[in-house]
Amino acid sequence: MVSTGSTSGANVFEYAPAPESRSIVDIKPSYGLFVNGEFVDGHGRSFKTISPSTEEVLADVAEADVGDVDLAVKAARRAHSRVWGRMPGKERAKYLFRIARIIQERGRELAVLESIDNGKPIKETRDVDVPIAAAHFFYYAGWADKLEYSGHGTESLGVAGQVIPWNFPLLMLSWKIAPALACGNTVVLKPAETTPLTALLFAEICQQADLPPGVVNIITGAGDTGRALVSHPDVDKVAFTGSTEVGRAIAKSVAGTDKRVTLELGGKAANIVFDDAPLDQAVEGIVNGIFFNQGHVCCAGSRLLVQESVADEVLARLKRRMATLRVGDPLDKNTDVGAINSAEQLAKIRELSAIGEQEGAERWSAPCELPDHGFWFAPTIFTGVTQAHRIAREEIFGPVLSVLTFRTPAEAIEKANNTPYGLSAGVWTDKGSRILKMANALRAGVVWANTFNKFDPTSPFGGYKESGYGREGGRHGLEGYLK
Amino acid sequence: MTRVDVRKTYKLFIGGEFPRSESGHSYEVTDARGRFVANAALASRKDARDAVSAARKAFPGWSGRTAYNRGQVVYRIAEVMEDRRPQFVEALRQGEGRSAAAAGKELDASIDRLVWYAGWADKLTQVVGNANPVAGPFFNLSTPEPTGVVAVLAPQESSLLGLVSVLAPVIVSGNTVIVTASADRPLPAVTFAEVLATSDVPGGVVNILTGSLDRTAATLASHMDVNAIDLTGLAGDPDQATALEVEAAANLKRVRRAPVAEPDWGDDPGLDRMTAVLETKTVWHPIGV
Repeated sequence: MVSTGSTSGANVFEYAPAPESRSIVDIKPSYGLFVNGEFVDGHGRSFKTISPSTEEVLADVAEADVGDVDLAVKAARRAHSRVWGRMPGKERAKYLFRIARIIQERGRELAVLESIDNGKPIKETRDVDVPIAAAHFFYYAGWADKLEYSGHGTESLGVAGQVIPWNFPLLMLSWKIAPALACGNTVVLKPAETTPLTALLFAEICQQADLPPGVVNIITGAGDTGRALVSHPDVDKVAFTGSTEVGRAIAKSVAGTDKRVTLELGGKAANIVFDDAPLDQAVEGIVNGIFFNQGHVCCAGSRLLVQESVADEVLARLKRRMATLRVGDPLDKNTDVGAINSAEQLAKIRELSAIGEQEGAERWSAPCELPDHGFWFAPTIFTGVTQAHRIAREEIFGPVLSVLTFRTPAEAIEKANNTPYGLSAGVWTDKGSRILKMANALRAGVVWANTFNKFDPTSPFGGYKESGYGREGGRHGLEGYLK
Repeated sequence: MTRVDVRKTYKLFIGGEFPRSESGHSYEVTDARGRFVANAALASRKDARDAVSAARKAFPGWSGRTAYNRGQVVYRIAEVMEDRRPQFVEALRQGEGRSAAAAGKELDASIDRLVWYAGWADKLTQVVGNANPVAGPFFNLSTPEPTGVVAVLAPQESSLLGLVSVLAPVIVSGNTVIVTASADRPLPAVTFAEVLATSDVPGGVVNILTGSLDRTAATLASHMDVNAIDLTGLAGDPDQATALEVEAAANLKRVRRAPVAEPDWGDDPGLDRMTAVLETKTVWHPIGV
């Protein structure tokens, strides 16, 4: 498949395809579960993982049934009580440093595999997902023998059951596993059913690092497997990243238990542009905020709040910029926007976009040719959106931006906070005191001022309100894994 | 001829005012030996909802105060309590069956607890927040903020020290609160409400409901405008606590689960009652010229 450059206007550069070779990855025809340090057969019905950019079947993946989940939890329990929970922190640290190094060494392989299985551009897996995943292990490795200085104690919880989404498969794995292991917990992790391959490659990395068996167990499957894991009575800690709907179900299922829980759920972030903002930078920030990772980002800036006096100017520049976005082959190094992760997600994005039109908002999509096969959605904005519109209230989780306007800072705050979510927010202005006023007033766990979608292992991430509870990253990220 | 004493009507405390229950219901409060003491207001579901509205309305103002100011306001509660010693001692003797000396000690501990928490107002941010050394040219700072409107089911046994120990850590960081008092021993809570009303606490920051938890707890647990709930008052009642935790999932409230048994309120409180109702906000800004 060939990358499709924009064909919209005379000023747009044409790019020759620059595909990354996929020969570096060795995708096996089938994968088992990684339990107690070995790959074993699952007892559920196996499922297929496909490349969302081509719909090519990549591999057959085992499904863990209730019995398999139980074996994985037992392996993790054994590893916790016999090995990992008693190992001195400085020794645990060295295993985590090893893992960080192997992720760096095999970075290219991980990046290509992630792009194939997830559909996201190689530019992003290469420059964001994989390096930050390695950085997470490097950061938390150093905490393992310094927990007494963390302010959160030193005692591990036990077995962590972790369920992660498909939007940043390897990165979310690292956010979950690195702090858990640093604190002395053992892990049973379930990757999303559409993106299991990098987690299974990570299992190999654990073997290469000689991580003791059972410290990390990777079980594959869909919702039933996840439910069996989080409701397993011998799991001490549940960590989940995903939809608010599933987060709610998990919060109910752990009621009355002693399980500790952290939930990182949905969002509907406001990205607020004031009239004094440097507009070209703001436009880059808007594009990065909503089209990064095809908009499959819980903290995406999916509601643009633009000050009325510059709304026309911002929209004109935004459309011009969107017309230069290159949508296509995830393995092409020129590609800005890759494939939608699944047919199911594509259907959801289409449905909400259709509702946006029905409810009276005006739709504009970047002029780009979409490939014939695979799951694709052109970068799209809706103008004339009101707060009552569903596209202003519900998480679309795709490359769709809802544009609203405001006149005063107070109105911007009111609109930005008018959501049950509270994961992130963005502010664009040249005025320092206004940045700080807005940052204080926005009810969100992460506020990006004159930037957007920045992540770092030292920086706590997590939401207010229905975006979940607990923080991942930084010193704060240790709290969820210590007694 | 002996003078006939003037008895007090014990009412709810909502939005800085003392309404009777909108339902018109009251219930008999007895002393530790079962003798009649007073009729207290039996809060209804509607009272609980009114209290949530009052707490939400008070939240922007209270959370917007400076930490220094909040510390002084909480300290002022302790000052006014000290002024009302005889009344609290009497209430503790009646309700908890304590000797005058034991009731006095309990009151001392309650006042000291308020003073201890008052001092935290302007230190918490420094202890639980921090700058983050991100790998790039960015200013990056994590600071705690109040989670919002918090419902607290206060302990059933320790009607004053327990009450103060669950309430002070919630408000000191800027949250506003709806507290359900000990159902059988509500009078110290009502007297405490009178202290609040005559101190500097803005109306609606603390709202106190008396009566049976059966009438109010489920409303608070399922209310979509409550951000967190503390189930301490259900110590030893795991079935009810589990049911409320399930209700609380409706809007993903932060839940502090009920202990197996009421703790010893004389123990060092630690930070966790404060941190349980805090959010961490992380702000990024590029560094450049």
